[in-house]
Amino acid sequence: MSDVARYFKNQKDEVEKVVYPSGIEVKPVYGPADLAAVGFDYDADLGQPGTFPFTRNNFAQGYRSREWTTRQYAGFGTPKETNERWRMLLGAGQTGLNVAFDLPTQMGLDSDDPRAAGEVGRVGMAIDSLRDFEIAFEGIDMHKVGTGLTINAVASIMMAMYEAVAEKYGFDTSRISCTPQNDIIKEVLGRGAWLYDLDAAVKLIGDTIEYAITAQPRTYPTSICGYHIRESGANSAQEMAYAFLIANTYIDEVVKRGYDAKQFAGRISYNLNIYGNLWEQVAKFRAGRKVWSRNLKERYGVEKPSDLMLKGLFAGGGSGLMKAEPENNIMRGAFYALAAALSGAQSTALCSFDEAYAIPSERAALLSLRTCQILMEEVGLRDTVDPLAGSYFIETITKEMEQKILEEMADIEGRGGMVENVKNGYIGRKLARQAYEWEMGIERGELIKVGVNKYTTSREEEVQLHEYNEAWQDTQIANLKEVRRTRDDKLVAQRLSELAEAARAGKNVMPYLKEACLAYCTVGEMSDVFLDVFGPYKEPNVI
Amino acid sequence: MGDKRIKVVVAKPGLDGHDRGAKVVALALKEAGMEVIYTGLHQSVDSIVNTAIQEDADIIGLSVMTGGHLHICKEVVERLKEEGAGDIKVAVGGVIPSRDIPALKDMGVVGIFPGGTPIDEAIAWMQANVN
Repeated sequence: MSDVARYFKNQKDEVEKVVYPSGIEVKPVYGPADLAAVGFDYDADLGQPGTFPFTRNNFAQGYRSREWTTRQYAGFGTPKETNERWRMLLGAGQTGLNVAFDLPTQMGLDSDDPRAAGEVGRVGMAIDSLRDFEIAFEGIDMHKVGTGLTINAVASIMMAMYEAVAEKYGFDTSRISCTPQNDIIKEVLGRGAWLYDLDAAVKLIGDTIEYAITAQPRTYPTSICGYHIRESGANSAQEMAYAFLIANTYIDEVVKRGYDAKQFAGRISYNLNIYGNLWEQVAKFRAGRKVWSRNLKERYGVEKPSDLMLKGLFAGGGSGLMKAEPENNIMRGAFYALAAALSGAQSTALCSFDEAYAIPSERAALLSLRTCQILMEEVGLRDTVDPLAGSYFIETITKEMEQKILEEMADIEGRGGMVENVKNGYIGRKLARQAYEWEMGIERGELIKVGVNKYTTSREEEVQLHEYNEAWQDTQIANLKEVRRTRDDKLVAQRLSELAEAARAGKNVMPYLKEACLAYCTVGEMSDVFLDVFGPYKEPNVI
Repeated sequence: MGDKRIKVVVAKPGLDGHDRGAKVVALALKEAGMEVIYTGLHQSVDSIVNTAIQEDADIIGLSVMTGGHLHICKEVVERLKEEGAGDIKVAVGGVIPSRDIPALKDMGVVGIFPGGTPIDEAIAWMQANVN
């Protein structure tokens, strides 16, 4: 089970027992004795907001000093359509960008590759070369606006291209800030857009982190995604535990090159999921901030307070949203956003209500943004920091959640660590089994989703959908042909062979990628170099 | 319902990596006593069809989330016919708008399971219509 809590009722329909997906069992009433039983200590477990271990909030003043940033995931069609949607969102008060790429781009294919047919620009923006980034970022102040790049296998290419476009537009590249998702381990567990051998792919992430230390000091080179692991079936404790172990894997990759974690640990950010039970989510994030800061301090000797914060996006999960009566998802999204705010999320985003049908329409995307804004502006969430602190209930389950996270971490470490247990299918099998059990729980009516298995109607819903425009593919391919026609072929060949040589020699590939981008090498060409040198990832059978 | 175990290839065609649904269905069919071969991600139409033929499967269950279901289903059905394996049935699940159902039926897709279909319903359909 992995979404809503399980309620055990007696014959009179009274709730007798409540069990959260993480396994925490909730009592009907909490009091001081419960805090004593879990050994709650204000200074050690919470501390003041803005101080170690950051359980209460990363900042002393919470939302008083800064509202959360809202980053709806957006991008579709050609870079021109995406640029228009971005300008609309920025104009409506959105404070950062979060780029969606189409599947061919995520999978390292050019738009004219036969395997890309029918997918160009469908679920995100198509990017073939630097020319496309030039169009997408036209008129965007890259000093001011930070950009999430939701891409993993080829994230190193996109991070290099982001720097290349900023340089072309005359921005100081040491002042730009991007957040490539760049988490290949979760991609293998959860989202499936993987390409290269896993060990080589982890090394590539090490390259991006190492490169950012000097070249892009304001960039967050990896955003660890518990989000997708959770969407694949993880419970709250596993979501956090696996995310932390993945982060440690990347840290270790850079530390073994002779760096000190102090130089970069503060630039690791997170993308985590909000779903299901409100209280469990609040406990998850409060405990999560504490576990992460202690992990950095105790395991890696990181000391600077701002480096010890669990930073990132706490975003409404998609798998909690239902296809039946889709407008109910607007309400679900609002409550997920409330959970994010009560958890002290620095940055948030919501899946839109129509996503069970297609990628969001403009109206649905705006509604998600408005939901987050209404919470911040109208209902009092900026009033005081960590408003649930001190609740007997919340503090007890926060301690219990911390324990669960540590147990899940110990389980994987005891079995040889994260990479090993991804490769051998141990985690994949566990997630698939839990996802299956959750679906069965809904089908049997043990887990309640309103309008799905309780209070159902037979009403047919009409949803206005975002349409895929077949012409985007033709336009994109024509643009790509034009790039191929006008670029310096000799330079392209030279840059690609230098890239291959660097990859083979185990050098940091980032400077070579940037030069290749500036020569208008395509994403497909650069990715093929990696596939050739590193070989493909082989998926374990988890069914 | 036949007397032999239903053999099904659960397949994820194309570039999309959202495989939670496919894995859940694969596990559910297995629990229901069927023999399930899960292809894993990023499969080409050719490799799905070849797997189904080699395994002597009764049915291919395609999982498509990207909106490319019309294109993919058509290719799978046509390739099966070309290979003389038109007796292998084709079903599809995922993000399937209701307006596309007639076109899928016309091209020979026998089972269509849009997101939100109860799994028990899909299992019952398989038991009644395959073999």
